Amino acid sequence: MTQAGESVRDGAGLRHGDLLREVEAFVYHEGNLQDRHEYDAWEALWTDDGVYWIPANGEDIDPEKEMSIIYDNRSRIALRIRQLHTGRRLAQTPKSNLVRVMSNVEIVGEPAEDIHVRANAIIFESAPRRDTLWGTRNEYTLRRVAGSLRMARKKVVLVNNAKALPNMAFLI
Amino acid sequence: MKQTPNWNELLQDDGVHGSVYTDPQLYESELRHIWRTTWVYVGHESEVPRRHDFVMKSLGPEPVIMTRDGDGQVQLLLNRCSHRGNQVCTQARGNASVFTCPYHAWSFGSDGALKHMSLPDGYPDVNKAERGLAKVTRVASYRGFVFGSFAASGPSLEEHLGGALEVFDRLVAVSPEGEIEVTAGFLQHKVTANWKLMLENETDGYHPTFVHSSIFGVADSGIGKLYGRQSAAISRDYGNGHTECDLRPQFRKLDVPMGWFGTTAERLPDYVGKMRAAYGDERARQIMIDGTPHVMIFPNLFIAEIQLFVLQPVAVDETIQHVTALQFKGAPDLNRRMRQQTMGSVGPAGFLLADDSEIYERTYQGLLASAPAYTFTSRGAHRERRDDGGYRIGDITDDLPSRGIWRHYRSLMEPRTSVEQSA
Repeated sequence: MTQAGESVRDGAGLRHGDLLREVEAFVYHEGNLQDRHEYDAWEALWTDDGVYWIPANGEDIDPEKEMSIIYDNRSRIALRIRQLHTGRRLAQTPKSNLVRVMSNVEIVGEPAEDIHVRANAIIFESAPRRDTLWGTRNEYTLRRVAGSLRMARKKVVLVNNAKALPNMAFLI
Repeated sequence: MKQTPNWNELLQDDGVHGSVYTDPQLYESELRHIWRTTWVYVGHESEVPRRHDFVMKSLGPEPVIMTRDGDGQVQLLLNRCSHRGNQVCTQARGNASVFTCPYHAWSFGSDGALKHMSLPDGYPDVNKAERGLAKVTRVASYRGFVFGSFAASGPSLEEHLGGALEVFDRLVAVSPEGEIEVTAGFLQHKVTANWKLMLENETDGYHPTFVHSSIFGVADSGIGKLYGRQSAAISRDYGNGHTECDLRPQFRKLDVPMGWFGTTAERLPDYVGKMRAAYGDERARQIMIDGTPHVMIFPNLFIAEIQLFVLQPVAVDETIQHVTALQFKGAPDLNRRMRQQTMGSVGPAGFLLADDSEIYERTYQGLLASAPAYTFTSRGAHRERRDDGGYRIGDITDDLPSRGIWRHYRSLMEPRTSVEQSA
């Protein structure tokens, strides 16, 4: 939380108003692609070295040593998408109905080649046997590639990640 | 409705009545006759390596604190203050020589002994030795795997594991130091389904080709072929409810060291070198061909080659799968891959387990339909045979493991019949 606080104190968001609006647009777009299961368009947002991380049991675990819910390098992100595209990914057959509200978008620290961003999301999932509310704090590392923002890292901290969770086979 | 279940009717040789999975009264009866009677896996000694380490576990539906006490002994303590019943521990893990109940500040040692009652003048005649935390009645371990039983008497752990004891030897042999470690932390994956659907599915070699076709089709995985028609792998019933998918016959046919792990010896030079040094070339080669076991230890421990699952029943229609990557002592290069492959496969977003869990939930819903009244588990009954150890074996896709599970289930649920080995 100290980092998030710093971004307010040092006024990075205010001094980089145009960038903040661009970052917000990126974050909303990324969330919309996930909600609409636009798998290929979502995959195209990643840099070649992208890492998609959803820790378990807190937010500060070492993913190289401890179990995470998802800890995908770029090739595993691609595999995840390929599995969804088969149409036989049973846990997403039918696809979950999703809607998310994203907020609290902040640029953390001084933006350089890597732009560090935080945002919160509340995601409502309607699946055949249950409706689930997922609450997440998200961290992004964004980078400009050929003029557009791309994701080099997305960390999704489910606020209930230390508890038993049901299937979560959609893109979050 | 206090009827005694008619087991002849509920459990047949080639199928099970749907209510066996869905009847809340039967579930209550299982808690008594299975979960509070038989040996149940709780945790691994490597989870509490130092004195006064503790970790919250469960014995079936019951929360248990697994500690290592001041003498180095592993203890299974019930999380209930002996005074008014408040939980004495609310942390998932840690190190504490004393648990102090926050309600009235009674304190207990890591061995469960009552150390201190606050304002003790109110208790002139209390024998502190009688007021410690309750303990699981019997605790025993094998190869570091700690089991508990609430039954004061009955088979020893080794008798309970029976033929499946050897599976643990086979597992730890994959470590150059002969030990496994449970140090990677657990995911908890919840399903709205009865625990026995998982118990049976863990050694169901018929489903992978179908349920997991979405990932086998796009990943470079040899798993699908292990369960294919040409596979030499077999299913085995060790008795006492323990069942196995024995993949060794197929791995021996392929004869590729580390092929069981989808890799080659050349890609794990440190590990292979240590294995040869520890076991000699010939024995090391055999271990690296055979790989790790795929075995379901009744009622709740599933050793799945590279990971370990613990099944925890929560209600007739709710089960938590606790899952972690197995770690082999002295094999850091192997362990890193174990963690990565496990994280890809299991948990709420796993390439395999999310689909298995979807099937558990749909099957539970399906079983609530009234007809047909029974499941059908006859597959391969005509080709059941015995191995050299006298255990029932069948083809890898046969229902033989299910039939073994139900024979043992009945022997526990219907305890008045002669207590015979279910093998």
